[in-house]
Amino acid sequence: MTRFEPGAKVRVREDCPPGHIRTPVYLRGKPGVVQRYFGAFGNPERLAYNLTGPKKDLYKVRFRAADLWPDYQGSQKDVIEADLYDHWLETI
Amino acid sequence: MSGHHHHDHDHDHDHPHAPPQPDDKVHSYHQILSIALKELLIEKGVITAAEVRQFIEKRDSITPANGAKVVARAWLDPAYRARLLEDGNAAAAELGFPITGTKLVAVENTSDTHNVVVCTLCSCYPRDLLGLPPAWYKSRAYRARVVREPRAVLREFGTELSDDVALRVHDSTADIRFLVLPQRPVGTDALDEEALAALVTRDSMIGVALLDGGAR
Amino acid sequence: MRSPQDIGGLPEGPVDPSEHTLNFWEKQADGLRAAVGSKGLMSSHESRRAIESLGHDAMGRLTYYERWTAALSLQMVERGVLTQDEIDAKVAQVRQRLVETGELELSAGEAEKLP
Repeated sequence: MTRFEPGAKVRVREDCPPGHIRTPVYLRGKPGVVQRYFGAFGNPERLAYNLTGPKKDLYKVRFRAADLWPDYQGSQKDVIEADLYDHWLETI
Repeated sequence: MSGHHHHDHDHDHDHPHAPPQPDDKVHSYHQILSIALKELLIEKGVITAAEVRQFIEKRDSITPANGAKVVARAWLDPAYRARLLEDGNAAAAELGFPITGTKLVAVENTSDTHNVVVCTLCSCYPRDLLGLPPAWYKSRAYRARVVREPRAVLREFGTELSDDVALRVHDSTADIRFLVLPQRPVGTDALDEEALAALVTRDSMIGVALLDGGAR
Repeated sequence: MRSPQDIGGLPEGPVDPSEHTLNFWEKQADGLRAAVGSKGLMSSHESRRAIESLGHDAMGRLTYYERWTAALSLQMVERGVLTQDEIDAKVAQVRQRLVETGELELSAGEAEKLP
């Protein structure tokens, strides 16, 4: 059972933990919509140190370019999509 | 990034498919370090010289032509296209292109949606299908800007998108590798799979270029 | 803290679209990394982490395969496969050999990087 279904509104956690992170800074704290579920994958934040741990659900999340960049020059339809792990997402 | 580079990079080989020839000279500390690491790891029995050679040969054998075959098949065979969009790894494997360790996801361009791929955190790329990424894909300029001003970056590649077309930038932040399925050019109804594959460029499968005749 | 590799959205100049055919040593570096990876001694995750640990300076100063090579060196020491002393001694030995065969032609500033 996954925490989010496609269409779920989420926000990327506004956090700055030490270590190897695969959630880019430009997406942190931003609102997005879950597009699809990719499955459970090894957690790169632990694998980067040759550590194991529980797998993490991975989602494709869509962000409006205009939500990321207030002065965005392109079309209002433009979006950025990124693959984000469950523990970086919170419900809004 | 080659733009910042302080070494001589004039050693391009005229025949990219010929076996690699040793560079004439060793120019940098990191070249020496690379030789030293290889020799130490071989001496300690961690790896063999043959293994390194086999990986180089395997890498050389994978080119964008592999991806082009996948695209051409998807254009011709609606059932294959559906399988490709559903499970990229299985669809690539059907044509003899195994992809291991990562998940391949195909994203389809249509008359109202255009896709472009980047990895802002490093340079994730569908290497098992397209080979090594071009230098610009790994550059700071591309990685930093294509999520911020994608239309301006596409324009630098000569790709002008209408505002009616929604642009989707895919940032490969994790275990997924993206393949753009470009639009089939108009006027190609008579072409067979091989001729169609010859039309498909590497850049169209990354999404920075359209194919001639594709919708704008 | 923003990782040196986390650059999405930062201001940068135009994209240079020119093609770069890999040099022989860069192909070797790629094959070497792949061979080590196939032994379970360096995953792509560990490689990325090692490259990040090179710091902000390395992004501008080192080329792509120079960063890979530096990361591989770090990783082999951290995993206990090689010691730094072994690597330094081998670098000195390889350098001497290249001098003797006339193959060494270090670019400006490179000699200072040698241990």
